[in-house]
Amino acid sequence: MNTASAPSVPNPLAGAMTTGAISIRNVTKVYDPGGVNVLAVEDCSLEIAPGEVCMIVGPSGCGKTTLLNAIAGFHSITSGQIDLDGEMLCGPSKPLADQGADRVVVFQNGALFPWKTLVDNVAYGPVVQGTMTKTEARDKAVEMLVEAGLSNVAGKYPGEVSSGMARRAEIVRALINNPKVLLLDEPYRAMDGLTKSIMHESLLEVYDRTKVTIFFITHDLEEAIFLGDRVIVMTTRPARTKKIVDVKIERPRDYRLLSSEEFRVLVEETKEAVHEEAVKAFEAGERELA
Amino acid sequence: MAQAVVKTGKQKSKIVKLFFDLTFWRGVVAIIVFLVLWEIGAQAKNWFGFMVPFVGKVAPPTDVMVRWVEVAGWPGYWESWYLSTGRVFLGFIAAQVVGIPFGLAMAVNKYFRGMFFPPFEILRPIPPLAWVPASIIFWPTTELSIMFVTFLGAFYTIVINVLGGARSIDIQYLRAAQSMGASQWDLFYKIILPGTLPSIFVGAAVGMGITWEVVLAGEMISGGGQQGGGGLGFFIWSSYMGGVMDQVIVGMISIGLAGYISSSLIRYVGHACMPWRRMF
Repeated sequence: MNTASAPSVPNPLAGAMTTGAISIRNVTKVYDPGGVNVLAVEDCSLEIAPGEVCMIVGPSGCGKTTLLNAIAGFHSITSGQIDLDGEMLCGPSKPLADQGADRVVVFQNGALFPWKTLVDNVAYGPVVQGTMTKTEARDKAVEMLVEAGLSNVAGKYPGEVSSGMARRAEIVRALINNPKVLLLDEPYRAMDGLTKSIMHESLLEVYDRTKVTIFFITHDLEEAIFLGDRVIVMTTRPARTKKIVDVKIERPRDYRLLSSEEFRVLVEETKEAVHEEAVKAFEAGERELA
Repeated sequence: MAQAVVKTGKQKSKIVKLFFDLTFWRGVVAIIVFLVLWEIGAQAKNWFGFMVPFVGKVAPPTDVMVRWVEVAGWPGYWESWYLSTGRVFLGFIAAQVVGIPFGLAMAVNKYFRGMFFPPFEILRPIPPLAWVPASIIFWPTTELSIMFVTFLGAFYTIVINVLGGARSIDIQYLRAAQSMGASQWDLFYKIILPGTLPSIFVGAAVGMGITWEVVLAGEMISGGGQQGGGGLGFFIWSSYMGGVMDQVIVGMISIGLAGYISSSLIRYVGHACMPWRRMF
């Protein structure tokens, strides 16, 4: 169960996906806040197949976000290498990856620009990259928002719509760039359970349509099992992969899965591993980074 | 027919709404009550026959109104409005034009900030009015020195607000934009600038208030009577020198109105520039 390297789920399009493979090899990251070295990630290796939904769980402050920041190019790595589709993003010769629209991030607290309407938010990527004119980008944005069921709020500002709608629009804003990888950093944190389950279904719908590789950080184990092809349990700081849980549940999935025995067993299995690390993290009493 | 009725109803709705708006009537009642209390207070000495501090010293609103009607017929009074408003706006606009880029430059460039922030912080606590003697020496005309002092009044507030606003922009917005392929220029123009707008308008609102305070004091001190020309500050000062107390109050209320109109203007512009915010 711990050896899987590719999603073993029957996936009609999986074979067709050739982009979005992430290879993390022996990555180490040392932070240096105020001269005190903190080892955030140590010798962490992980292979993510094209079109895989890879869920990362682990105790707070364990270095999950550090890994995401390294892939996105927000932070450098100290040693090791990260490749995307066989090309080096960051490695020994180049510790900081270039930021690029092939790896779009959706953040914890939501980062829709409050001064732009949802349409203009979504159109932002293609416009700044110069791949579309403003009119083309807006047309495309409207089309995608309609597809995501956001047609009646497309002209509104983020402050005027619910957090669920804002988050959905943010995913649309990421997808318009045709990213190879979607990097999600606890996007549904602080949402109530019902909204969350609606978010999950809409994300799965997007995934079934696009088959984009998803790197998803979360604390919510049920979320992890429900969405993921694999769940990677990280150790407490410094982060390493502790356990990999394969979720061999067929897609498309819906909420009925949540009450199945199969699902419950996987959650238990994951919980055990995470809990152990959470206790260690708690006892270490370390301040959260990131 | 019915449609026509509906239509006229819609056209009137703004005035009708105002008429039924309780907030509006609260404001009206508050002003009337204030005027009545002031009238009673001003007349009290004669009515009750004993002295209370303040009471009875100030001209009653009825006298002020009579005086105001008279004063409104003088071209000099309106010239004072014109002169003070001109000074305030020129100083204020100059402060915006210099202050916003200066604040933004300090926010985005640490070398620039390292060089200019310390001298800025040393100069900032100096009250604009302390600059009056120096600025009279610096500048060839009284007019320019008053405007310079006005400029200083708004400048520091604007810079501090812009700097603080730009530096407190959520880093996630910058990262999100970068991860979507934004260039440095895009980041500045499409993220930092709109992200700083609310602070720019807060700075503008506060700065506008300060410019009115400063311009009047500047006019009083420089005795704008000669080449500098009157202004509302000088209007008050000369009324006081002439012992016409009700005219002093006319001047004071004029300033209040001018300040209110100015800040309404800023609110209006802010509203138009930031449709995503309903902050004022």
